[in-house]
Amino acid sequence: MARNSLRRTPLYEEHKAAGARLVDFAGWEMPVQYAGIKAEHEAVRTRAGLFDVSHMGEVVFSGPDVEAAVQRLVTRDVSRLETGQAGYAALCYEDGGTVDDVLVYRRPDDFLIVVNASNRDKDVDHFRENVSGLDVGLADESDDWALLALQGPDAVEILQNLTDADLSGLKYYRFVEGEVDGVPATISRTGYTGEDGFEVFVRPGDAAALWRKLLDSGADPVGLGARDTLRLEAGMCLYGNELDAETTPLDAGIGFAVHLDKEPPFIGQGALLLEDAEGLKKKLVGFEVEGRGIARHGHTVTDGAQIVGQVTSGTHSPTLGRAIGLALVEPEVQDRFTVVIRDRPVPTKTVPLPFYKRDRK
Amino acid sequence: MSVPQDLQYTKTHEWVRIEDDVATIGITDHAQEELGDVVFVELPEGGTSFEAGDSFGAVESVKAVSDLYAPVGGEVVEVNSALEDAPEKINEDPYGGGWILKLRVSGEGDLLSAADYEKLLEEEE
Repeated sequence: MARNSLRRTPLYEEHKAAGARLVDFAGWEMPVQYAGIKAEHEAVRTRAGLFDVSHMGEVVFSGPDVEAAVQRLVTRDVSRLETGQAGYAALCYEDGGTVDDVLVYRRPDDFLIVVNASNRDKDVDHFRENVSGLDVGLADESDDWALLALQGPDAVEILQNLTDADLSGLKYYRFVEGEVDGVPATISRTGYTGEDGFEVFVRPGDAAALWRKLLDSGADPVGLGARDTLRLEAGMCLYGNELDAETTPLDAGIGFAVHLDKEPPFIGQGALLLEDAEGLKKKLVGFEVEGRGIARHGHTVTDGAQIVGQVTSGTHSPTLGRAIGLALVEPEVQDRFTVVIRDRPVPTKTVPLPFYKRDRK
Repeated sequence: MSVPQDLQYTKTHEWVRIEDDVATIGITDHAQEELGDVVFVELPEGGTSFEAGDSFGAVESVKAVSDLYAPVGGEVVEVNSALEDAPEKINEDPYGGGWILKLRVSGEGDLLSAADYEKLLEEEE
């Protein structure tokens, strides 16, 4: 893709001013790093980091049949969500393969679904194709919102200084409408780092001033490079790595976001019920590399003789100082296997997920 | 971007210092800057021989893997084993403590002068 056809978020000039290295990510010109991945990663684990995730998509569902429509589309039972609560969910094809993983926000009069930037157009098509017969309106508001993520142990204090909303009373996966630094915002206690923190939706025209304010308040800018190492340490899935059309949410270990008893069922529920009854076709495991080297996405997993899976994500963990990864492997695979790193078989051992869990105060 | 005048360079961003028949090799300041935080260096065994242009190892940052190519042909006489525990030396001191290996030179390579390498960097901008 030619560079001039890349899309830019409302914070593009801020990234350039902060010395970011910009890369093509899903058709967006996005910051991969500012000071360096390790330093940014550590800022989020120990203080506060600020991410521009405005490339993510926002789709709003409304109308008399809105709950029935969302129920049909996502794996989570959204009737169990209270107004002001968000839930992680998957979208599936009829065969159980994954279209995307999303956050569903139940608002007073409608539902907001936040989708991955790389899947936005595909998701909107999938939504439109699958709401026939229902009286529901569907609006792709992705270009109407900027999204900033403030993550880390200092996030609550930094944000509280800029808003009247009571953040100490805002539980994990809850959100509230309010003002941040004098501009209208939706403040959501969610994130993709394994730390406490917030995702803040604001209008595009308000984003740059808020970005600067949050940096002035002590947050470090953090790029997509550290976003990936942070989410991987937290054991969170990335669509295109752990999840894809050939992998079900059950395979990828996000069964906690799937309610197989939903009535009426979601798209793909029959296939997932069958897989649940017959046993998984593959499973997601976390591993540490015991030899030398760093496992990467696409590396082959063997039992010493046969290929038994593939690495879906792998990196050097800045927090642990070790090479870690996630792999989709055959269900029989036990606690040791081999990853072929650049033609070299390297021993690994499985470890419980997540790799990193923060101390809760 | 630092490009010491007394070194020779490759198009693949290695530097080489040839003293008598021993070539000391590393990656350039530009290369380490592009890679970001180096967290792993794959080094060859002592005694291994390479032709100029052969891949002799790799440098990995948090995000990416980059192959290393021999600027000249030769046999490995020493590797910088300090990099096993401190790969960040490549970021901190690419032309000094971040050197990667030494070859006993047996074959010529297609080397660039410092001026030509600077020109290459300008073209890549």
